[in-house]
Amino acid sequence: MTPLLSVQGITKHYGAHIGCADVSFDLYPGEVMGIVGESGSGKSTLLNCMAGHLAPDAGRVVFDTRKPSEGDAADHENHGPRDTVTMSEPERRMLSRTDWAFVHQHARDGLRMGVSAGGNVGERLMAVGARNYASIRDQATDWLGRVEIDAGRIDDRPTTFSGGMQQRLQIARNLVTGPRLVFMDEPTGGLDVSVQARLLDLLRGLVRDMGLSAIIVTHDLAVVRLLADRIMVMKSGRVVESGLTDQVLDDPQHAYSQLLVSSVLQV
Amino acid sequence: MTDQAYNFAYLDEQTKRMIRRAILKGVAIPGYQVPFASREMPMPYGWGTGGVQVSAAVLTPDDTLKVIDQGADDTTNAVSIRSFFERTAGVATTTATRAATVIQTRHRIPEEPLTEGQILVYQVPIPEPLRFLEPRESETRKMHSLEEYGLMHVKLYEDISRHGHIATSYAYPVKVEGRYVMDPSPIPKFDNPKLSGTPAIQLFGAGREQRIYALPPYTQAVSLDFDDHPFTPSKADHPCGLCAATESYLDEVITDDQGGRMFVCSDTDYCTARQAAGHKGKDAA
Ligand SMILES: Nc1ncnc2c1ncn2[C@@H]1O[C@H](COP(=O)(O)OP(=O)(O)OP(=O)(O)O)[C@@H](O)[C@H]1O
Ligand SMILES: [Mg+2]
Ligand SMILES: [Zn+2]
Repeated sequence: MTPLLSVQGITKHYGAHIGCADVSFDLYPGEVMGIVGESGSGKSTLLNCMAGHLAPDAGRVVFDTRKPSEGDAADHENHGPRDTVTMSEPERRMLSRTDWAFVHQHARDGLRMGVSAGGNVGERLMAVGARNYASIRDQATDWLGRVEIDAGRIDDRPTTFSGGMQQRLQIARNLVTGPRLVFMDEPTGGLDVSVQARLLDLLRGLVRDMGLSAIIVTHDLAVVRLLADRIMVMKSGRVVESGLTDQVLDDPQHAYSQLLVSSVLQV
Repeated sequence: MTDQAYNFAYLDEQTKRMIRRAILKGVAIPGYQVPFASREMPMPYGWGTGGVQVSAAVLTPDDTLKVIDQGADDTTNAVSIRSFFERTAGVATTTATRAATVIQTRHRIPEEPLTEGQILVYQVPIPEPLRFLEPRESETRKMHSLEEYGLMHVKLYEDISRHGHIATSYAYPVKVEGRYVMDPSPIPKFDNPKLSGTPAIQLFGAGREQRIYALPPYTQAVSLDFDDHPFTPSKADHPCGLCAATESYLDEVITDDQGGRMFVCSDTDYCTARQAAGHKGKDAA
């Protein structure tokens, strides 16, 4: 089987300082990969390099691009595995509003706070050419329901939403175009524990129902325990251990993973 | 009499050449915002310094200039810009749309169809149509270059969700020749159809924002909309009280302090000419 995403030797420095170094892994369709590690270990740097927000110094991020449907304006030759680091910026930006999604830790970074909930969800649809108001609104209503936001709030701005609702709105806004790969950076960070639990349940349901592939960065081992099939443990920019989630968490091999799991480290 | 303390049309030749280069680039890439080094003009920014600089760069001694503000030739703003060019360029001026070769305007397109050889210069306060939702200039520039215009429709979506229809009635965005989305300056959307396919050259100058853009003659400019909420160029549903015109854009004016009001053409030249030709509205003396 072709991996959906093949990450090969991703390295990023900030000046002389290492952000992340020589990270490689494959992600298969429907798989959820968790990235854990203490603060400053390079999780966000790696995620942003994969998602095209940061240009890595070295390495490839090969994504199995979709064959365009019949009559689609897209290039009909250039599908299949493509290195997104070297593809043109317009192509990469097109990917990030169609097949990719990115859920930010802070909802305000991923939402338009001055735009209604419906407009936030509809934006990606309009960005790919939807021009029927009624149908955009129907899809927005449907998605608000799927993330458990009352349809009556469709015309309210996210500034009037609680933190948990904002995060769920961000998820709806990202998933409305049916992406195949979702990048998430601490999606439950900064939320109350009970709100976190509800969001995690919701995420787990969506990932299963939609057969999503996802890469989730988190401090929180409970999050990866619940969502991730496999995890990578990072330290000082490098992956020190990776494997099936239960295996790594129940029987960590690397000394650092053992510290992490035993909660000796305040991550 | 030209005031000899100034170069022709106030600006020095080098500055005018720089502005002309920006105009030519704008004409070559319809709807694209060309940066230019805006100069201080002897008037405040709100007075249309972008339009004034563009006019100064295109005027020749043989031109006849008309200046309108909201359709009127006689507002303080229009009068002072007209006298500025009378003084600094010594050009002939007119209020007749037909007689003008260069028309500088704020907020209107004349009712009388423009012709080949005429230049319409718009004063633009905010040239960036994406500004209201995306304040980062670096990002809007990228959106233009990659034709990422979904955000324009988010604005229209918000309008409909809030008002039941597209409530934007001024500065209504257009897509130029299927490529750049452009802010036509705060003209009423009633004027939008006149932007498209006109035989005149249309130039847009934003002084404070230092941008020039253009629509060369016969350029297509399509107002954005939704399939189920199509663009409609609306106006007040009345005939003009003075000249009985039914096809012109109307202003509502208060006539006395008893709450009396009437609707009259915002284009004063158009209205006056119709009255002179014998058309008479219900409020005409
Ligand atoms: N923009 C930047 N400029 C310079 N150094 C940076 C920058 N961003 C991150 N770093 C450094 O790179 C390393 C990795 O940072 P990164 O943000 O990827 O860590 P992280 O694992 O996401 O941490 P956290 O859990 O706190 O979010 C850290 O040492 C950090 O200080
Ligand atoms: Mg981080
Ligand atoms: Zn009239």
